[in-house]
Amino acid sequence: MNSGTPSSSAAGAGSADSTAPRRNSKRPKYSRFTQQELPACKPILTPKWVIGTFLLVSVIFIPIGVVSLFASRDVVEIVDRYETDCIPEALRNDKVGFIQSNQNKTCQRTLRVPKNMKQPIYVYYQLDNFYQNHRRYVKSRSDQQLRNNGSLQDTSPCKPEDNTASGPIVPCGLIAWSLFNDTYGFTRNNQQLNVNKRDISWKSDREHKFGKNVFPRNFQNGTLKGGATLKPDVPLSEQEDLIVWMRTAALPTFRKLYGKIEVDLQRDDVINVTLENNYNTYSFSGKKKLVLSTTSWLGGKNDFVGIAYLTVGGLCFFLALVFLLIYLIKPRQLGDPSYLSWNRNPSGH
Amino acid sequence: MMKGSQQQWPLLVPPPRTPGKEELPIDIDSSIPVSSMSKPYSDSQIEMSGDFVRNPSSHSIQSKSSSTHSIKGVSFREGHDLNPVSYGSRGASLGSNPVRYGSRGASSGGFTSSYKEINDEDARLVYVNDPGRTNQQRFKFAGNSIRTSKYSILTFLPRNLFEQFHRIAYIYFLVIAILNQLPQLAVFGREASILPLAMVLFVTAVKDAYEDYRRHRSDRIENNRLASVLVNGEYEDKKWKDICVGEVIKVSGNQTLPCDMVLLSTSDATGVAYVQTTNLDGESNLKTRYAKQETQMRTPVVGNIGGLLIKCEKPNRNIYGFQANMEIDGKRISLGPSNIILRGCELKNTDWVVGVAVYAGKETKAMLNNAGAPSKRSRLEKRMNKEIIILSIFLVALCTVVSICHGAWLRRHREELYLMQFYRKYDYSEPEVKKYEYYGWGMEIFFVFLMSVIVFQVMIPISLYISVELVRIGQAYFMIRDDRMFDKSTNSRFQCRALNINEDLGQIKYVFSDKTGTLTENKMEFQCASVGGVDYDNGKDISTEDWQTGYSVQVDGMVLRPKMTVKLDQDLLNLSKMEHTNEGKHVYDFLVALAACNTIVPLTVETSDPAIKLIEYQGESPDEQALAYAAASYGFMLVERSSGHIVIDIQGKRQRFNVLGLHEFDSDRKRMSVIVGCPDQTVKVFVKGADTTMFKVIDKSLNLNMVNATESHLHSYSSKGLRTLVIGMRELSTSEFEQWQSSYESASTALMGRAKLLRKVANNVENNLKLLGASGIEDKLQQGVPEAIESLRTAGIKVWVLTGDKQETAISIGYSSKLLTSKMTQIVINNNSKDSCRKNLDDALQLYKKLSNVSHSNDGGHGAGTNQLALIIDGTSLVYILETELEEKLFELASKCTAVLCCRVAPLQKAGIVALIKNRTDDMTLAIGDGANDVSMIQKADVGIGISGQEGRQAVMASDFSMVIYTSLPTIVVGILDKDLGRGTLLQYPQLYGAGQRGESYNGKLFWVTILDTMWQSVAAFFIPLAAYWDSTVGVSALGDLWILAVVILVNIHLAMDVIRWYTITHIAIWGSILATFICVMIIDALPFLPGYWAFFMIAKTKLFWVCLLGIVVAGMVPRFVVKVFVQHCKPNDIHIAREAEKFGNLRETNAETEMNPISDLPRSTATATT
Repeated sequence: MNSGTPSSSAAGAGSADSTAPRRNSKRPKYSRFTQQELPACKPILTPKWVIGTFLLVSVIFIPIGVVSLFASRDVVEIVDRYETDCIPEALRNDKVGFIQSNQNKTCQRTLRVPKNMKQPIYVYYQLDNFYQNHRRYVKSRSDQQLRNNGSLQDTSPCKPEDNTASGPIVPCGLIAWSLFNDTYGFTRNNQQLNVNKRDISWKSDREHKFGKNVFPRNFQNGTLKGGATLKPDVPLSEQEDLIVWMRTAALPTFRKLYGKIEVDLQRDDVINVTLENNYNTYSFSGKKKLVLSTTSWLGGKNDFVGIAYLTVGGLCFFLALVFLLIYLIKPRQLGDPSYLSWNRNPSGH
Repeated sequence: MMKGSQQQWPLLVPPPRTPGKEELPIDIDSSIPVSSMSKPYSDSQIEMSGDFVRNPSSHSIQSKSSSTHSIKGVSFREGHDLNPVSYGSRGASLGSNPVRYGSRGASSGGFTSSYKEINDEDARLVYVNDPGRTNQQRFKFAGNSIRTSKYSILTFLPRNLFEQFHRIAYIYFLVIAILNQLPQLAVFGREASILPLAMVLFVTAVKDAYEDYRRHRSDRIENNRLASVLVNGEYEDKKWKDICVGEVIKVSGNQTLPCDMVLLSTSDATGVAYVQTTNLDGESNLKTRYAKQETQMRTPVVGNIGGLLIKCEKPNRNIYGFQANMEIDGKRISLGPSNIILRGCELKNTDWVVGVAVYAGKETKAMLNNAGAPSKRSRLEKRMNKEIIILSIFLVALCTVVSICHGAWLRRHREELYLMQFYRKYDYSEPEVKKYEYYGWGMEIFFVFLMSVIVFQVMIPISLYISVELVRIGQAYFMIRDDRMFDKSTNSRFQCRALNINEDLGQIKYVFSDKTGTLTENKMEFQCASVGGVDYDNGKDISTEDWQTGYSVQVDGMVLRPKMTVKLDQDLLNLSKMEHTNEGKHVYDFLVALAACNTIVPLTVETSDPAIKLIEYQGESPDEQALAYAAASYGFMLVERSSGHIVIDIQGKRQRFNVLGLHEFDSDRKRMSVIVGCPDQTVKVFVKGADTTMFKVIDKSLNLNMVNATESHLHSYSSKGLRTLVIGMRELSTSEFEQWQSSYESASTALMGRAKLLRKVANNVENNLKLLGASGIEDKLQQGVPEAIESLRTAGIKVWVLTGDKQETAISIGYSSKLLTSKMTQIVINNNSKDSCRKNLDDALQLYKKLSNVSHSNDGGHGAGTNQLALIIDGTSLVYILETELEEKLFELASKCTAVLCCRVAPLQKAGIVALIKNRTDDMTLAIGDGANDVSMIQKADVGIGISGQEGRQAVMASDFSMVIYTSLPTIVVGILDKDLGRGTLLQYPQLYGAGQRGESYNGKLFWVTILDTMWQSVAAFFIPLAAYWDSTVGVSALGDLWILAVVILVNIHLAMDVIRWYTITHIAIWGSILATFICVMIIDALPFLPGYWAFFMIAKTKLFWVCLLGIVVAGMVPRFVVKVFVQHCKPNDIHIAREAEKFGNLRETNAETEMNPISDLPRSTATATT
């Protein structure tokens, strides 16, 4: 009750604090932080800012879109789908049977260069409907084993391609097992075009991910043969096709680098491709394509980015105009208290 | 309009609902403010009156239409004869009998006449001093041991886990963790998924166990306290838990009562006992209880106590009601609430009492009122739960689609699966070809379903729960540290006891407030007096530290001082010492009247200095306390009261006054009087009362000038908001005295109509009085209360005051706190039967309709402001209304009222009133109170403010930290720090609070809009990279990096768009979070043993990556930005406008500091939010 009185009466029993001896003040220490008085920036979306933002976006996006589109158009790309054509016509009703047989699978393809292509020209193989990102598949590898000679036995994630009767498989797992094994040879005017297969994989992978002293063992020795075989005396760090393949693709339609042609190709050059059609995509109706492509600063041939940027940029420009009109036609003074709900006419509704 | 006359209700002693009154008029007396020229009720009085008890048909509505229709600013009753309230009365009342003279009080008489037979079926029979027989009845009476703990050792684990798993999030975590334990499904690590949940459960369990241990311990202490129980004719110490109903118990002074008992006798010859009921109803003053004279006389002879039979009602929660009768020597005596003392009360100022236990243990009224503490869920949390259920349905749908697709795929490829490079149904590595991770169709589909649950579980923002809780911790931190919520006088900070209801503070629609200690300081202060026509109004405050100036007396080497000092007027002080002048004589009489004409009990209190003692005045009426303290300060110190006399120390001389008789306050006379035999052998009658009735009995011919002067003083006092009392006196001649004495004796021994007879006697003696003067008392409101209530009202919050106080006190506080204004039409309901309640409610609703029609037809759109209704209802009426079908009507009426005052309500009724609102609307309720009596209400309301509630969940919260991922940090930081508007603006426009009540910032529509928005964002984030990287060499890890970064940036920009105040910390949190994600991605991609090694660095080298990232962010945000900008410009809400105004200075940007000051001390520092 009366806080000055030393004796606290029973009447004050409602508050526990009043009976407590006063030691030091419990007053909160003042600081701008605890009192929530820190300086703050309070941005408000004024018309100027709104229109400015839209214009800024369109100013950035439209040029990028144009440049991307041009870059994409500049890329020369030769795509040859061959998985059906490379099967003798007579055998096309049993493609899986053909691919699993021991018949000769060599196949000749002819490509015409539509435009001049500057070197380096990248040679890709493209697979469709191949889910390298499938959960069971992605996990089926042993990164320990790939890196480290001492981790041969570390095959637990690799099932069902983990062991053979003669010991652990290196590299184990479904990914390595299903290594792509079509091969391509190129000739132009009966002259061999050299395909450089070095440095097609990431340097980081070669140096840190695939061991220099890890050699293939028992690979493709199981009952069910998957894809390519590996030379047993070449360390994994130099098996670049494997390294490229082990970078599992994110999307079901993907390309993987096969090699680089390091000469320019002229328009209307005819390139003969001798390919070994070994890889079985027939069991899951996958397509196979051979791709020769140059690159731009943005990568391969893909108009999407350019179109998307132009769309967004254009839309923002349009929105800038729309809001300009809104602000002109229906202006509202910012912070005008007469717009407060209780200041508006109550009989209005 | 009424010039402050609303404060004028002179209130004196508790308004005794004089029992047994023959007529029980109940008026609904309403005033309509006149603001319109054409209002039909320009005299603005609608009176509903009727005698609901005896003559319900007489109830009528009379509207006095005055002939003139154009009186502006007329008051509905002239002058200060303003009386918008009339009193209902009823049989049951508590403490209506402040002092009893002689052996039989009016209260018992009252009960006799309105005696209700207790049905044998419903009765509990208590054989006094025969616990064996008492307990041999059909129903076993509860023992006196109590249990507040929740668990025993056996039940702890299951019950605690059960309670913990009430949180939907925990169940969810559990399910996910269990799914992760299945080897076929293990998407994430097994142990990692179970650990956090186990951790949280464990920490919470330990905390609960500790809390329950403490409850066990306090139960044990309570149960093992000793009480003196009559066993075989002698008093023996017995543990509380062993006390049974029927036992006779003796309780000494200052002890706590072990159970509810009927008083048999007390140390006082007249059978009076004083108890303090702080633990029960929060009122700290002393209440008087009586032993029946019949038993009072017997008990000293211990053996004679048996053979009594008490028949009482079954245990109930009503602490203000008790009905019983006692058979003694074949006679039946009725017992009422003034004859029972309840568990938890403390005996004061009485040496001992002897009583018989009638209710024990969990059947005591105190325990019955102790409802369990329900845990509170904020509205946000409730809504979150609901929306999470919606999201779960989505999740299930999504998972179903996934598993159906999986089934279709499996079926389509059933021939190829065994060979397919990326599936491999068979394991050929073993000699025997087995199925590899293939469990057949049904199981495969089922597993895919479960797996997709684990994968898509992120859809359910379970971390949101934890984020929200962390935000609350942060908010609580700022609330606790807020300098403006610090109370200097008690040196205490705001405390936040429950973390889960912070955000509800912004959506309150109803505030239920206790009066005493919450609105008022529970301190009446004598301010000024008019004595003999002279206004002594220049009091100086004597600070309590300045002891020398205060009055004190020397007794037996002890210095006695009044505990409270009042402002002393020097002139009056000087006069009070000059007894021999004419004026001095007048002042002497005045001060003697103040000291004698009351029912105050003086108590001496020790101080730190052994030579100094304080006199503390205890009584039911704080007004009387204030007057007694005032008299003491002027040297007329009441130092002793016994049943027959009082001792007043007048200027150092102890003088004995015989109290010959006392006429209590009643609502008809509105005054009380004492007949005192003075030391000079004269007999005087001192009367004090409301000016309205006092001036009728004052002999104006004695000194007309003085009367007029006093009247004008009174007017000025009341316009200052003081409570006024008029004091008069008459000296009785011997014949007059004898005549009075005989009629008083016969009236107080009358069996029938005792109260009426006594009133007649009082009226006979209270006349031809000599006016002594008048006093002005201030009922001190807490600082800032009127301003706060005003602000609350502008903010659209309805304020209900629930108090155990008398109606008059409540109403007068209502006025001074601006809860009630003169513009309001008051509806008063106090009844004591269900039918009359119904009728009253119906009438009131009709009145409302009439009023709203009137204002609509006449005032056009502005009617809403003028016909505000105030409902005043009392506890007894509520008994008939709550939990019956009348509730609906009360709700309908109450929801139309701007202010509601509930008087004389019991603690559980408070909760009932809160429930009335809570069960019928979605509106948020807040209850605020200071005493134990408010606990149930505080627990019931959505938000409780008060001192109570032990349930802190901080420990759980702390453990939840373990489950939060860093991406939530920006949300949490913004949640804690962001403010939409500054406090200056908010205080200037309390209406802005409406945004919260209307749920503008979070509602169902917004939820769906946000869902749509986020769907677009995910479309942008997913399909832009998908299209851009189609036909490319991009790897799983690289694209994954792009996606995760895109999502984090999107989320943070999304958040950034909603930030209103950018502090440095906000910048750090938001941009830092994006940066941290980049760094994390880099670190993860720099670990050579992970498949994604170096992926980020490779993809970051390509320009396409950055182009995609930019594209995703912009494309994702454009729709949101457009909608936001459009809404802000074309359909701005109040917050938008105020924010702009704040920034561009269209509001008068006054200094927030100075603006804050008047209210800065407002929140009671002891306030704590409770669960």
